[in-house]
Amino acid sequence: MAVKIMIPTPLRVYAGKRDSAEFSAVTVGEALSGLTSQFAELRKHLFTEEGKLRAFVNVYLNDEDIRYLAKENTPTKDGDTISIIPSIAGGCSKNAD
Amino acid sequence: MPNATALWISSHLAEKIRVHGAETYPHECCGALLGHDSELTRNQADAEHKFQASREVLGLFPLANRNGDSPRNRFMVTAEDVRTAELAAQNQGLEIIGWYHSHPDHPARPSEYDRDHAWPWYSYIIVSVHHGAAEDMTSWRLNDDRQEFSPEGIEIRQHAAI
Repeated sequence: MAVKIMIPTPLRVYAGKRDSAEFSAVTVGEALSGLTSQFAELRKHLFTEEGKLRAFVNVYLNDEDIRYLAKENTPTKDGDTISIIPSIAGGCSKNAD
Repeated sequence: MPNATALWISSHLAEKIRVHGAETYPHECCGALLGHDSELTRNQADAEHKFQASREVLGLFPLANRNGDSPRNRFMVTAEDVRTAELAAQNQGLEIIGWYHSHPDHPARPSEYDRDHAWPWYSYIIVSVHHGAAEDMTSWRLNDDRQEFSPEGIEIRQHAAI
């Protein structure tokens, strides 16, 4: 079943300048694996070295944040759209107050 | 990424970033940089300078700092706020080309925390605010390997952006 992944602007340079890509997948995690297999340079920007999604990478299945579903095990169905939405963080020192 | 990058911004918008940083002092301010980015052929006869990124800030989208725990040295823009900023950019025929934030009583240099949380491609403007007064303003882009930022020149236009 085909699932579309929307690629955010800052990552398109690592995905052949494409804004979306389609993969056959039955879970969100499988679709993301397909994405990072096809575009290996994306992996370090989406996942930590331990293979977990980075904290500031938000993944939505249609309009639902997968953190509130079954995370990467969230099942997908034909025609679903997965969106990768950045959250932005920073600050002037390493340690919080 | 091109070897040399530059970010164009009008003096008016640059001042608005400084004012935002002073207003939220001693907390960090944050907002989206709206504009255009394009790779222009600078000199087709000169392979070394064939491509240079042309990136210009044409609008700002100031945002609330969502880091409630440590707003003096942290800022946070939620995914919902990113979506709102993207919609605002689209409505103006622009895109989000980067983000700005302030460093209260710290230099305008990215911290390890900045680097660890940064996205590639975006321009990150940092304005340092000392005792409530905005001082240096710099811009940075994360390298492809995520190991460090590269400085990006800020080119100030004295006239209003087109």
